[in-house]
This record gives sequence, C-alpha cells and structure tokens, in this order.
Amino acid sequence: MNRNGRFLLAFLLVALVVAGVVSFYASGDPDGLTKVAEDKGFIEQEKDHALKDSPLGDYAVSGVDDERLSGGLAGVVGVGITAVVGGGLFWAVRRRGGAQGGARDQRG
Amino acid sequence: MHVPDGFFDAPVSIGAGVVAAGGIAVCLRGARGELDDRTAPLAGLGAAFVFAAQMINFPVAAGTSGHLMGGALAAILVGPYAGVLCISVVLLVQMLFADGGVSAYGINVTLMALTGVLVGYGVFRLVTALLPGNVPRRTAVTAASFLGALVSVPASALVFVGLFALGGTADLSLGTVTTAMLGVHVLIGIGEGVITAVTVGTVAAVRPDLVYGLRGGSAPLEIRGARPVEA
Repeated sequence: MNRNGRFLLAFLLVALVVAGVVSFYASGDPDGLTKVAEDKGFIEQEKDHALKDSPLGDYAVSGVDDERLSGGLAGVVGVGITAVVGGGLFWAVRRRGGAQGGARDQRG
Repeated sequence: MHVPDGFFDAPVSIGAGVVAAGGIAVCLRGARGELDDRTAPLAGLGAAFVFAAQMINFPVAAGTSGHLMGGALAAILVGPYAGVLCISVVLLVQMLFADGGVSAYGINVTLMALTGVLVGYGVFRLVTALLPGNVPRRTAVTAASFLGALVSVPASALVFVGLFALGGTADLSLGTVTTAMLGVHVLIGIGEGVITAVTVGTVAAVRPDLVYGLRGGSAPLEIRGARPVEA
C-alpha cells in the first residue's frame, strides 16, 4: 500500500475507534442547546423525531441489548455510512485529470 | 447544537432550508476547485471523522456537555466549500440516528455547516494573515485553527438566537436566550478549538501536503488557476 493509502487507512481507523470505543465514555449530560432549552423552558416545544424508531435511533442498534456493544456498533455503522456517502460525493465532484504535485494511484 | 423539530416555525424552517440548499449548491460547484484524485478520499474520511468526533460529548459546566461541530476543522483540512459539504453529509447521516430534526435540517446546515465554516475558516485566514512571518507555518496554522474553531461555536449560537427571534416557537426575552446560549457555547468553543488544533496539527505534521490550510494562502477562495502544493 502506498503512502496515501496508509494515511487514509490510519485516519479511518482513528474514526472507527473514536466512534466504536471512545464514544462509550462520552458525557451523558444534555448538550449546550438542550440545557439552555431546559433552563429557559422551551424544551417542551421539541417534537418527537420523525425517525425516532429508526433501527439506529439514539445511537443504538435496535435488538442489541448490551449498551456498550449497541452504541459502539451504531458508531461504526455511522462512520461507515458517512465515509461511503461523503467519499462518493467528493469523488463525483472532484477535479478530473490527475492531481497536481504528483498524483499517486489511490487504489495501489 | 443539533436543533430538533419543533423549535422553529414553518417560515423560518423553510427559509433556512432555502439558504441551506443555495449554500450547498454553491459549494458543490466550488468544491471542484478544492478536490482532486488525492484529496477527495481525504474529504470523505474527514466527514467520517467529524461524525465520530461528534459522538464524544465532553463536560463543559455543571450538568452540561458539548461536542465538536467540525466546520472549521473540515474547512482547514479540505477547503471551505468541501468543508460545508462534509458537515452537511454528517448532519444528513445523523438523521438515521434521530439526531437533529428532519424539518430542522436547513437550520442545522445553516448553523453548523454554513456559519461554522464561514466564521471558522474566516477567522483562521485572518489569524494566519496577521501572524508575523517568522512564526513557523505549521505553528501558525495550528494556532489559527484553535482560534477559528473557538470563535465559530458562539457565532453559530448567535445565529441560532437570531433565527429564534425571527421564528422561535417560544416567547422568550432575547437577552436571556442570548446570554445563556453565548455563555455555554464559548466554553464548548474552547473544546472545539482544542480538538481542531490537535487534529489539524497532527495531520500537518504527518502529511502537510494534504492540509488545505497550509497551501498558498494569498488567494484562499480562488477556484481557477493552479494552486501550488507545498512539498
């Protein structure tokens, strides 16, 4: 694997570890906006999310009971979907015809 | 920062949706000038990294947490146009996780993708231009990343307050909301700054050729023409 490929693989691995493992240790406290909405009394305006019963709702995989496994799997799936959607989009809009400054084969 | 459904009335939600759609359309054209065969895969992984990092809520004050927004980070790594697209993709995927309202997608793109990138990248460029020339380039870029990211978060909070004044579904004193939103989001901004500076600094140390913010610098938004890539 070339230098570019190794770098991209390392970057992906970091994202997977952060989403799959480190996320378990994230703070469960409400985030800044939610806290302000609670304190100032407009949190009751919040409506149920249209996709709240999605199989991945609230960063958990439905059917997986173990909290750690469920959250970690959801994170890994999310990283995978984002990489595929984002990668596909950026590959489609990129400037064609080789990179400046020494294009190397991406798939090598 | 993810706005759920129900906080804003229909006109503001639709208006923000139009702004978001326009912004994304502009960025789809502009990103072509930023991405090539080498950097397009990095931009895709940058979005995946922002998704992962957004799962890490860090405590900021009694009973409150915050997480990365990522606009400044994405813009500095892959360019401002591609940066907006990165965050917009992350926000779209997060809907599968019931995070960020569906009707609020335009609002969230306006706050986190458009404002986050415009302010974060703008401050980044300003700071790198103002720093004296004898500061090593990588140090300058890391410091500017910290400041740009820090400022972008309260800026998004201010835009939230502005939209809330236009069409929030609760009748509240604007002063109260402004103070509360700014206070907590300045603290979250410090976390945003640290994560952004560490990430940009690390990539700049390993692969400086891949960091958009390290390139050229005199004409940051120039689309046409050759942009020199530092070795």
